[in-house]
Amino acid sequence: MAGDSNWRPAASLEALRGRARLLQGLRAWMDAEGFLEIEAPLLSRAGSPELHLDSLHVPRAFPDGAPGWLGTSPEFHLKRLLAAGAGSIYSVSRVFRAAEAGRLHNPEFTLVEWYRVEGTYAQLMSDIEGLLSHLLPSRLLAAAPERITYREAFLRHAGLDPFTVATAELQRHCGTGGESDRDTLLDRIAGFEVYPNLGRGRVSLVNDFPASQASLARIRRGEPDLAERVEAIVDGVELVNGFVELVDADEQRRRFEADIAVRREQGRDCPELDERFLAALEAGLPDCAGAAMGFDRVAMLALGVTSLAEVQAFPQDRA
Amino acid sequence: MANYSTSEFKSGLKIMLDGDPYAIVDNEFVKPGKGQAFNRVKVRNLKTGRVIDRTFKSGDSVEAADVHETDMQFLYSDGSFWHFMDPSSYEQYQADAAAMADAAKWLKGEEICRVTLYNGSPLAVEAPNTVELAITETDPGVRGDTSGGGNKPATLETGAVVRVPLFVNEGEVSKVNTRTAEYLSRA
Repeated sequence: MAGDSNWRPAASLEALRGRARLLQGLRAWMDAEGFLEIEAPLLSRAGSPELHLDSLHVPRAFPDGAPGWLGTSPEFHLKRLLAAGAGSIYSVSRVFRAAEAGRLHNPEFTLVEWYRVEGTYAQLMSDIEGLLSHLLPSRLLAAAPERITYREAFLRHAGLDPFTVATAELQRHCGTGGESDRDTLLDRIAGFEVYPNLGRGRVSLVNDFPASQASLARIRRGEPDLAERVEAIVDGVELVNGFVELVDADEQRRRFEADIAVRREQGRDCPELDERFLAALEAGLPDCAGAAMGFDRVAMLALGVTSLAEVQAFPQDRA
Repeated sequence: MANYSTSEFKSGLKIMLDGDPYAIVDNEFVKPGKGQAFNRVKVRNLKTGRVIDRTFKSGDSVEAADVHETDMQFLYSDGSFWHFMDPSSYEQYQADAAAMADAAKWLKGEEICRVTLYNGSPLAVEAPNTVELAITETDPGVRGDTSGGGNKPATLETGAVVRVPLFVNEGEVSKVNTRTAEYLSRA
């Protein structure tokens, strides 16, 4: 019987060496900027109920028989450290997102996540620009970074104002009458029309998201309310998501409960509400800004290849 | 019929859209940041051949199309229908002109064809990649010219017309590529 040729790594050994060099470059940058490297657990007793990110459920994971979750980011653990006075920190770890697979997705990948204590919105954006220009070759970044609001990005690349456009017009734009959730329609336009056109020859930082897409970002009150959230895109590929972090425990609990309610209604898996994380917020999270960067995608762009599988030793189909 | 979830999408999968059977040609997973995930597929209409894009929310499901492919032997044409037999069950099927499309002009009888069945009826028929057919009409051959330099039209016994080298004569049997309608060699 013929052997299974899929025992071999998907990425070339040269790509894996390039990936290792990038990781060294990343740690050098973090060290120079004064971030302390932390290793958070991959397996948690609780997890994030965020609507569009699914953790992996692990039955009987813990010695007491309790189930665990392989989480979608180390955010809650890192914020507990921030509340405990750790100062500016970062982690480089594998994270899990159930069933995500494609050219730019794998259910398991390396996430770089960092938090700068007393980081402002402007500092967050310059940190993202600084790190990406440190890691990516100049051929991808011929032009200076661009900071563009979510609204402006939609106006420029989809020809509509995401805050004022009528839902019926969004449906017409997407060619679908069956979907009435505005954020779903906006996500679709972002994914297929707006983001693919950003970051051409530069870092594009999309900022000032709709408050309904705040996730764990602070909301700046105004007309309309805006989430202080940033996404970095290079060559049409989304690389980083950052927030001026929400530090209000009550508001955080409300957002979790809203997400949990939707998950229950849809009959989906839902981790326990992370009471330890909420307790840390109640104890006091320092004002901070944080971001998470998909390291595999950065490696993919830096090494000039077009799929994550080319920079991962064993992507999902050979894991 | 069963349903397929977007997580099962892959090229070749047969699904129903707007009442027609389609084959997935390409499947792309797109997910903006913390937002909703989508699968955008390129699908080919198995009746018309037309390729279109469709976008699904990831997790949605779509009805499977009762489509499968079987090798069958071509028996004969009665002018309106082309009759085939499944050699394993001896069951006979009739394909109409739309299902035959280009395949009809390469078949004289007994060829094994790839037949796509939709709800039990032939939807599409593929002729074998190569066929051997006699030339019934062409200009006289040029003796001694075997360089393959020029060519001329030749009508085959099924009525199909192909370009053949100048040295090929009426009555000879030619091997022809049905995908490109090109002469390959003398048979």
